[in-house]
This record gives sequence, C-alpha cells and structure tokens, in this order.
Amino acid sequence: MSEKINLTCIGCPLGCSIEVIKNGDEIESITGYTCKRGHDYAQTEVLAPVRTVTSTVRVKGGVNPVVAVKTRDPIPKSKIADCMKEIYDITVDAPVAIGDVLCNNIADTGVELVASANDQEL
Amino acid sequence: MNNYSERDLIIIGGGPAGLAAAISAYDTFKAAGIETPSILVLERDKVLGGILNQCIHNGFGLHTFKEELTGPEYAGRFIDRLKERNIEYLLETMVMDITKDREVTAMNRKQGMFTIKAKAIVLAMGCRERSRGALNIPGYRPAGIYSAGTAQRLVNIEGFMPGREVVILGSGDIGLIMARRMTLEGAKVKVVAELMPYSGGLKRNIVQCLNDFDIPLKLSHTVVDIKGKERVESVTIAQVDDKLKPIPGTEEEYTCDTLLLSCGLIPENELSNGAGIGMNPVTNGPKVNESMETDVPGIFACGNVLHVHDLVDYVSEEAGNAGAHAAMYCLNGDKAAAGDIINVTTANGVRYTVPTVIRPDMMGDALTIRFRVGNVYKNCYVDVFFDDERIIHRKRPVVAPGEMESVVIKKEMLEGKKIKELNIRLDLNEG
Amino acid sequence: MYDVVIIGAGVTGCAVARELSRYDLKICVVERAEDVCCGTSKANSAIIHAGYDAVPGSLKAKLNVEGNEMMDDLVRDLDFPFRRNGSLVVMFEGDDRAKLEELLERGIKNGVKELRIIEKEELHRMEPNLADDAVAALYAPTAGIVCPFNMTIAFAENAYANGVEFKLNTEVKDIKKQADCYEIEAVKHEAFEPEEAVAIKTKTVVNAAGAYSDLIHNMVSADKHTIKPRRGCYFLLDKSAGSFVDKTIFTLPNEMGKGILTAPTVHGNLLVGPDAADVDLRDGVNTTAWELDKVRASACRNLKNPPLKSVITSFAGIRAHEENGDFIIEECPDAEYFFDCAGIESPGLSASPAIGKMMAEMVAKKLSAAKKDNFIATRKGILNPNKLSLEERNELIRKNPAYGNIICRCEMITEGEIIDAIKRPLGARSLDGVKRRTRAGMGRCQAGFCSPRTMEIISRECGIPLYKVTKSGGSSALIPNETLNDKYVIE
Repeated sequence: MSEKINLTCIGCPLGCSIEVIKNGDEIESITGYTCKRGHDYAQTEVLAPVRTVTSTVRVKGGVNPVVAVKTRDPIPKSKIADCMKEIYDITVDAPVAIGDVLCNNIADTGVELVASANDQEL
Repeated sequence: MNNYSERDLIIIGGGPAGLAAAISAYDTFKAAGIETPSILVLERDKVLGGILNQCIHNGFGLHTFKEELTGPEYAGRFIDRLKERNIEYLLETMVMDITKDREVTAMNRKQGMFTIKAKAIVLAMGCRERSRGALNIPGYRPAGIYSAGTAQRLVNIEGFMPGREVVILGSGDIGLIMARRMTLEGAKVKVVAELMPYSGGLKRNIVQCLNDFDIPLKLSHTVVDIKGKERVESVTIAQVDDKLKPIPGTEEEYTCDTLLLSCGLIPENELSNGAGIGMNPVTNGPKVNESMETDVPGIFACGNVLHVHDLVDYVSEEAGNAGAHAAMYCLNGDKAAAGDIINVTTANGVRYTVPTVIRPDMMGDALTIRFRVGNVYKNCYVDVFFDDERIIHRKRPVVAPGEMESVVIKKEMLEGKKIKELNIRLDLNEG
Repeated sequence: MYDVVIIGAGVTGCAVARELSRYDLKICVVERAEDVCCGTSKANSAIIHAGYDAVPGSLKAKLNVEGNEMMDDLVRDLDFPFRRNGSLVVMFEGDDRAKLEELLERGIKNGVKELRIIEKEELHRMEPNLADDAVAALYAPTAGIVCPFNMTIAFAENAYANGVEFKLNTEVKDIKKQADCYEIEAVKHEAFEPEEAVAIKTKTVVNAAGAYSDLIHNMVSADKHTIKPRRGCYFLLDKSAGSFVDKTIFTLPNEMGKGILTAPTVHGNLLVGPDAADVDLRDGVNTTAWELDKVRASACRNLKNPPLKSVITSFAGIRAHEENGDFIIEECPDAEYFFDCAGIESPGLSASPAIGKMMAEMVAKKLSAAKKDNFIATRKGILNPNKLSLEERNELIRKNPAYGNIICRCEMITEGEIIDAIKRPLGARSLDGVKRRTRAGMGRCQAGFCSPRTMEIISRECGIPLYKVTKSGGSSALIPNETLNDKYVIE
C-alpha cells in the first residue's frame, strides 16, 4: 500500500515542501523539490535519514574547558543518542585544531568525529 | 605600525562582517597598487570570529564555500585569510566613541585609551538579543532566565549547562538551535512558544532541532508569568489573540528551572548614534546607499549592525561590498556628492530594504537589494518598479519574515533612464 | 554580647548603623539576604522628596525635610550619586486646584524651602514633554534623585569601617527577653551550605526589618503591628530616553500614595512607576501584566508620546505600609531596650539619614554611650574611570590594566570596577551584588553579554567554583551544579 509523506526540505533556507509517495522501501514519486539536493534529501530522509551531530568535548589544559566537535559526515539519525553518549566520555589535550580527528569511528557508524574549533594551550 | 594615531581604514568589530570587510578592503587597496594597506580591525573579544565562535552547529557557508561548515570553521576560514594578508587587528579592545570626523576612541589593557584618526570607518559591531525586560514579561526575576545566545555561550564555550528543564520563548534560530543543543546535553526542553502565528526561524531548524526531538512548538503563544523567587520554578504560557494579547483561560504552567529567550535581535548602534548617523527606524540600523555608506561620508556599515541577517553568507557578501567601497573612499575621497540619486522605497508587504538609496554612478555591474517581508505569503510575486514601470516580476512560492529576500538590479537596467524611485513590493493577487 | 543588634540591612538599618558607629558601642547588623540593600531599598523610586506630602507634625514630614537637608553633606562625605533635579506635582485640566494649594501650604508648614506654584507657560517651558493639558504644578527645587543602592552601601561600608559587624544570610526567627539582654535566635543560610542555627545576645535591638518589621516587633511586644505589603511596579527605560523629563514628575496624590511618577535617574535612565497594589506576600516582587498596563497608561496620560518602546526592564518593589500611616520610631513601650524603625514606607529613603540620626541618639542615650574620637566620617565609592581625565585614566590602566578591560559594554564598566566591588569591605558576592555596586549588567542588554564574564570574575576573585556563583545568593544558582556525567563540574 502506498503511503504519502510530507517533508520540509532542510537542504537550504528555502525549505521546499516535498511530497514523497512510498510503498515499503520503494519510492514511487517525489514532488515539490526545486533542486537536486532537495530530491536527494527527500529520498534519504524517507529511507535512511541522516544528521550531522555537533557538540563539544572536554579539553585538558586549554584556554576554554570545551572545544566544538562534529561528525565529519552525517550519521544515521537513529545513532544520534549513541553518538552523544560517546562524546560525553571524550577528553582531549590542548592544543586542538579544526579538523583534528578525535574518534575514528563514532558510535560504530564508520564516521570520524573531528574538532570544529581551535583551542590553544593555556 | 605600533603607533595608534592614524589609519586609512578602521573596522569596528572582528566578527564575520568585520573580517570580510577587512579582507575585501585589503584586496581593493592592493589592486590599486597600495603595497601595505593601512587597515586596523578592533575587536572587543579575546578572539576574532565574533558570535560564530559559539555557533558550533553546522549549516554555514553553503553559498560562500559550497559546503556545510560550523560557525567556528566558517570564521576560521576568514581569520586565515585575514592573517595571510597580515591585516592588523587588536583584540580585547573596546571602541568607546566614534565621531562624524572619523575619530575612533578605543580602550584596552595594553594601550589604555587612545584616539585614532581614520580616512574611512566600517561599522561591524553586530547585534544584541532582545532582553526579558524589553519584552515586558511579567513575573519574578529569578536566576535561570537567559537569552538564548547567553545560554549558547555558557554551553558551547564555557562548558556549563544553564539548566535541566527548559522552556523557550521565541522560535528565532538561536532558540531552535539551543533547543537541540540542550536536549543533546541531557536537558528536557518542554516547549517552544512563539508569539507570532509563524516561526521566526529557518525551516530546516524547525525540522532538525524540534521535530527530530519531538519538542512541541506552540505558535501564537507567549509567556504570561514566571514563578520562583531565587531560581525559576515554573513558566506559564498562554495563547494570544490576533492582537497578540494573551487569551484568559488558555494558560498552561510548565515546571522548569530555565527560561530561554529567543525573541529577536537588535543592531548595536550606540556608537553610530553617537556619531550622528541617520537610522532606519525599521531595521534599527543605519540608512545606507549602494556602497553600504551611511549618511555620514566615509562611515560604512555591514552585517548585523546594519540589519539582522538570517545567513552569515549574506553578511560576508554584504561586508565585502562595504569593505571594498570603504577602501575606494580612502583612495578616491568622496567623489559622488553630485550625480543622480534613486530612492529605494517599499510597499505592500515589504518592510524594509538595504540599501535605501542608489547612486547609479557609483554602483557596479549589479547591485543586490536585500529586504524582508512582514508576514508569510504564499504564491506571490516580488515586483520591482522603476517609478511607474514594472521591471521585475518574479514568482515566489513562499516568503516569510524569518528569511531574507533579495533582488538583483543590473546596471544596464538603469542605463539611459532618469529614475527617481525604485519601489519593491509584493504582488499577492496573481497566486 | 553586643550592645546593639540592628535587624535589617536596608537603607534604614544601614543609616542607623552608620550613625551609631559614631559611639563607642559593639554593634552588629543582621540581614536575611546575601547582601545589604536587598528589600524595599533596592526597588523604589530613587527619589529624595522635598517633604510637602506628609501631614505637618508627623514624623514623616519632619524626618523627610531633615533628611533632604542632610543630603549634601552626606554625598560629600560618603561619595554616592545624587542630584537635586527638582520635582513637579502636575495638575491637569479637570484636577482640583485646591489640592495643589493644599500641598503648597503643607510644604511651607513642613519647612520645605523654595516651594512655589508655577503656571502653564513656565511649566511647559520647563518640561516640554508634559501632556498639553498640564495647567499648573507645585515646583520643589530641593527634591532630588539618588542611587538607592550606593546610598545604602555607602552607609554600610562606612559603618563597617567604623567597626560595625554584618551578619548576612542570617534570618531572625525569634527574639527572647533574658534577664540582662535579648537573645536572638536566627538561622544562617549561606548558598551551598547547610542551614545553621545562630544565637546572638545583645543589650538592645533596633528593628529595621522593612516589610518584616511587624513580625520582628511582634516577637517582643503585646501591642501588635501590622504591615500591609503594598507592591509597586516600575519600568526602567534606556539612557536614550533619559532626558525625556528633567524634573521628577508627580501627579496629584491619592489615598494609595503619590501616584505614578516619571523621573530621570542619577545614571541617566528614565524611571516610570509605581502603581500600588496590596498583596499578601512580603517578598511578592513579581510584576503583573495588569499593573504594568496601569503604569503604561499613566505615563501615556501625563506625557506626550512617552518613549515606552525603550523599556529595558521592569521590576516591582514592596512598600512596608503600616496601618497607622506614620513612621514608628521609638523604644517599644512594652519592651524596654527594643527600638522600632517600623512602617518605613515613602518617604523612607529621603528620611533615612534623619531616621538614622534620631534612632542612634535614642539608643546611645539609653546605653549612656560616649562618642568615639576615632570615627571615620568619610568613605570613597568605587572609582569611576569616566570621571578621570584621559591622562589620569591611562595612568590608572598602566598601574592596573583591569581598568582597560570593558566587561559590561552597555554601561562601559571595566573589570577594575568589578574587582573593586568584590574586593572592598562588604563586597559583592553575586551577580546582583556586582550590578548594584557597579551597574554592570544594568544596561540595555540586561547582562546578556557580560553575565558569563562577570561570573568568571566573581569566581576568580572570591575563590569559588563557577557553579557556586549565584544571581542573588540562596538557591539562585546560575549554573546548577549537576550536569550529565558531571562532565563540566570544575572543583
């Protein structure tokens, strides 16, 4: 049986309203998008939604007590909570620079956790 | 250049606007054959980058870099460019006063209080958040009431959680971002209340920050009471009528220890006012022309001090324009006193434009006019009139107050015409 | 054993303490809040009234006029902001002119100087933003505006310098008469510490407990007092609106008080309020929408387009309204050695210097105390760098670079001033304490930018972890101790 899913595209600020008709794992139609990104977003969002997680980890010996981090690529939405649990336990030593890999495989997603800000040594 | 008495160009603020202005001014000076451009950026914080440093979420730079960056990453790229060019900057330096004659008085720990004379100034001071007091929210005044940006700084820079059970008033982007951020750190965000019947934030943030975590968004609701004498104990919200007045009987009390406010940003123009710069009462920012120059010659403005932006990419673009024109002003002086002037005016759903004046002689090949609308409109057209003649008629599936709109005016459109007024309005009838 | 315990560190208690510290006595001030100036003294109209309102012959009349006259010397000695801006009681079309003349007569009887009625033309020249139908006014050039925080703090610091002890965070629960003294049972409740019972013995007690003065009085006396807490809400407007009026603008008084006033503040803001609402709670300082509406409506009635969109905050204060209508300043008739300063509502702030003097003289006489020869009469306030010349200021920054570091950008308050506020005797321990002393956080952004930085400075200077920095003591923690996995708790 076909199912109709309404999405707001998050690819850019336009926020296009996209309608997806889906039958099980089969997408029958996607309408309302205005760019390829929108089409791809709708497809992924319906079949296997992903998110980039951004947070902070503790820094030892830095100017600030925490430094910003992000998953280098989006991870499955269902893995956000596991990802955060691992992030809570990470402590890094200063200095930290943008792009430093802090975890090779966060929450078993195969995605790296990287620093997204700099922190100097105190 | 350790003597702080004179510079060609002084840029007030080292956030995204100030950085982009400095870089583009430098490149303009260089292109004109100036070997070591005399530019000084004055920043009040300990680091460059401004508010981007605490905006650790991603979504920045899609336009500028064609990739999704976090705030510190976006700022980092501009800081690198600034440093590559050896542009001079002072940190932890507060500008106390500027004058019409372009004298900048600033203060820091090392230099004390000093006054620098500039050929041109770029204002890039950014904005502040509307406070609880300015919102006239009744109730007690306990600890636990934060503007969303203050909470963002506490969590993302200082590493502290301002509370565990949270109510958020206002669906501005920072409020939405903080709803997700607090949730990820283990707080319970109970509700986001929004006074208007539509959200003030970007759609992607509603989806990713609220819907993903099942945080309810209550439109047409406001806070009517705050309880707790020392720390917030509860917040009461109520539905509002079409005049935005709370409707008795609709109150709901939420037990919580924290209230975050994300109810709008106000350009920080105290310095501009001190210099007697003319203000646009709609944006609370300076009135500027096509060169981003205020009505005080040689003083330019860009970024959130000029008008509050939704995307930093637009700030960078606008600031680049301001910086280039400020450099040109240093090089050529005020050439444009004479010449034609076109007033940019608004009607029918368009709240304001930046700029409000165009001098065709001074504009480049194309000029982006940015504007915001006053309500959510679907299937409308953006119209641009040159006096009585409609020049642009562009369909827009939806426009909303939270998202900045723009039209591009090409120089060739103006050529051979004597135009007094350029009017931007919405056409709502053909949808 | 103390000779005198003063209960309450509001402006009255601190004024009494300062005046009593002239004598050779062992004195202690006991205050339930974490700082001085936390009750009625911190949320009021910040006005030094001329003294024409009160009924001739009343203590309110006598002490108001005396207090007003003491201000110039006090400001010189104790260094706090005050300006004689003058006040106007404005009469509008339809008001009863006889009432204005009655006020003039009262004022003359009370000894108010330079008082006169001015007519429409002069009035509008003086205050062009008054509503057009303002027809006449009672003009009192001697009226003034003051910083009530720094006035109270100045009294307290000077008392402290002269040997007065202060027990803050200490709430009086009961007072027992013993053979040769009073024993005060109190509870000490420091933030993040367990409560602790405290017993304090003293020969005399001065009750300066403001809105709680009836409860304190009733602990020792059979002749019961009743304070009816009366709330007033205010709007504080941005400095851009500070010169909207120059004089303090009153309307004709009614049975609930002097009505809603508009006044500049000594720091250049504009203050509008208060309404008057009888409430149940003595600490019921919540604002309500209907009261704020009333204040707004009154401002719109009396002024031409008041700039209410420049409101930066609203707040409420409690007036300690005593049913008999006058100040009670006496030795309690049925409790010897127990002195009341009770029912100190408006014009309490104006009268406080005179109340302090009167009460000190009564207590000193009772204890046959002699004046000290080493009384320190002067006190310097927190250094205001804006009052220095450029050279002086740069010299100051060279010596102490903290004065070159702006923390509160709205009010341009430096780190140096904040450190001074914390380090001085009876220094600030909380965000509000710093705010009242320096104005950091009192500007248009309402501490949005500076609060994290001020918290860091308090943490560093007081040697306490950041999570123990409070807004106003007690359980007003700004960052609750517990976070997930305790990840950010820094000991």
